Amino acid sequence: MKKPNAYIREILLFLLALVFLSPIYIIAVNSFKDRASLYENVLAFPTEFNFGNYAQAIDDMNFMMALFNSFVITTISVIIIVILSSMTAWMLARTPHPISNIIFMLFISTMLIPFQTIMMPLIQEMGWIMDFTGFTMLDSRGGLIFMHVGFNSAISVFLYHGFVKSIPISLEEAATIDGASKMGVFWKIIFPMLKPITVTVLIINVITIWNDYLLPSLVLTSTDLRTIPLSTFYFFGEFTIEWNLAMAGLVMTVIPVVIFYALAQKHIIQGIGDGAVK
Amino acid sequence: MTKRKKWGWFLLFTGPLLLIFLTVVIVPFIIGTFYSFFQWDGISANPMVFNGLENYKNLLEDERFLESAWLTVKFTVFSVITINVVGLSFALFVTSKLKIANTARTMFFMPYLIGGLILGYIWQFVFSDVLKMVGEWTGWGSIFFNWLNDPEFALYTLVFVFTWQMAGYVMIIYITGLQGIPKDIIEAAHIDGANKWQQLKSITFPLLMPAFTISLFLTLSMAFKIYDVNLSLTNGGPANATELFAMNIFNEIFGYGNYGYGQAKAIIFFLIVAGVALTQVYVTKKREVEM
Repeated sequence: MKKPNAYIREILLFLLALVFLSPIYIIAVNSFKDRASLYENVLAFPTEFNFGNYAQAIDDMNFMMALFNSFVITTISVIIIVILSSMTAWMLARTPHPISNIIFMLFISTMLIPFQTIMMPLIQEMGWIMDFTGFTMLDSRGGLIFMHVGFNSAISVFLYHGFVKSIPISLEEAATIDGASKMGVFWKIIFPMLKPITVTVLIINVITIWNDYLLPSLVLTSTDLRTIPLSTFYFFGEFTIEWNLAMAGLVMTVIPVVIFYALAQKHIIQGIGDGAVK
Repeated sequence: MTKRKKWGWFLLFTGPLLLIFLTVVIVPFIIGTFYSFFQWDGISANPMVFNGLENYKNLLEDERFLESAWLTVKFTVFSVITINVVGLSFALFVTSKLKIANTARTMFFMPYLIGGLILGYIWQFVFSDVLKMVGEWTGWGSIFFNWLNDPEFALYTLVFVFTWQMAGYVMIIYITGLQGIPKDIIEAAHIDGANKWQQLKSITFPLLMPAFTISLFLTLSMAFKIYDVNLSLTNGGPANATELFAMNIFNEIFGYGNYGYGQAKAIIFFLIVAGVALTQVYVTKKREVEM
C-alpha cells in the first residue's frame, strides 16, 4: 500500500504542472470574453462562450491563408530535407575518402553560425540570383523552402550520418553485388532502415520551420504569403492591442501545435531527446 | 564499379543538397565577412566604401552595442542557470515512481513546441495585466506590477519566459541521462544508508555529467542567440533596456541601414558564439574524462 505521503506528492506534482501551464488557461478563458468582462477579472472563467472574437481574429489575421502557407512550406521543406540529407549522409558515410570528410566537416562547422550573421548577405545574394536567373527566390514560397532546406541541412545530415555509421555495411554489399543500382539500394534497402532517425529529423525540422519567424519575415513581403508567426506579428503590430481579440488569435495559433503534439507525443519527446543527445 | 561511375553516384547523391547548402549558408557567410570591412547603407546605387578594420574599431566605442553585449551576457548567465535548475528538477520529479509523472512530463514539455514569438505575446498579457491585477488584489503592488515597463525587471521577464520555454526541453535531456544510470548503484547506496541528497550528490549528479555537457552547450548557445521572445515580449524596451545582441544587430542593419557596420557586429557575434560553445564543450569533456 502507498503511504499517504505518496498521494500528497502525486497531487503536488499535478498542481505544479497545472500552474506551469496556467498562461494557456489565461489566454483560453479570456478569448471568449468581451472587453469589459476581461478587465473585471482576467483569471475568471467566462460567463458565456462568445466566439465573436475568433471570427474577428480569423478575419484580421487572414488565419486560414497563414495556416495554409505554414502547412505547405513546412511540409515541402521537410520532405526535401529528409530525401536530400539522408542521401547525402549515406553517401558521405559510405565513401571512405578525404572529400567525404571535408564535406561532412563543412556541414558540421556551420552549425555554430547564428542566423543573424548571414541574414543580410543572404537576402542580397538571393536578389542577385533573382536578377540573373529569373528564379523568384524572394517573396515566394519556393524561395523560402529553398532557404529552409539550406539552413536545416547541417543538423539533418549530422543526425543521419551518425545513424548510418551504426548500420552494418554487409547488408548493402550483398545488394550491390546483385547488380542493383545505388539509387535502388538506397531507397529499397537503406532508407527503410533509417526510419527511427527519419522520425527524429522530421520532428526537429517541423518544429523549427513551423515556428520560424525571422527568415520568413525577411524573405516574404506579400501579405498573402505570410506564415502563422508572421501573421501573428503583424496582427499585434497593426492594431492597438485589443486583448480579448488577441487572445483568440493566440489560441488559434496554439491549436495546430496541440494537435501535432497529441498525435505524435511519444515520437516528439523521443525525437527531441535523440536529436539533442547525439 | 569503375571509378568514374562511382564518383558519378557520389555527385548525384550529395550534389543537390551541397549546392543548396553552399548557396544558403557558405556563400552568404563569405559575402558577409567581406561586407564587414565596408561602409555601406544597403542601397545598391550608393557606393560601398572600403574602410578596413574601422567598423571593428568603432564597435569598441559603441556604447549601445557594449550595453547590449553586457545585457546578453547577463541574460545568458541567468537563463542557463534557471533553465538547467528547473529542467533538472522537472526531470527528477517525472522519473520518480509517481503515477502522474507521465502526464506531468507531457505538460512540462508543451511550451517548447509553441514558437518563441507566440509565447512572448502570451506572456506579455500575463505580465502587463494579470500581474498588475494580482498586485491590486493582494496589495503587494511593489512586487506584482507590470515588470515589462521597468528597465530593471524587464530583463528578468525575458529570463523567466525563456526558462518557461526551454525547461521542458532540457528536462528531456536530463531524463535520458537519468534513465542511463543503473538502478542497482542507487539501491546499494540506499542500503548503505545514504539519504536522498547524498544519493543525488554522490551518484546521480556525477553520472549525469554527459547530460550536463549537452544541455549547458545547448542552453548557452540558444540563450545567446535569443531573438523571437525578445521581439514579441519587450521589443528591446523599455528604453533599450532589453535590446539583446541579435536584436541589436538586426536593428543596426535593417533599422538604421548601417549594412557594413551591422555586418561587422554580426561577424563578432559569430566569433563569440563559436568561441563560447567550443570552450564549453572542451572544458566539460575534459572534466568527464577525469572522473
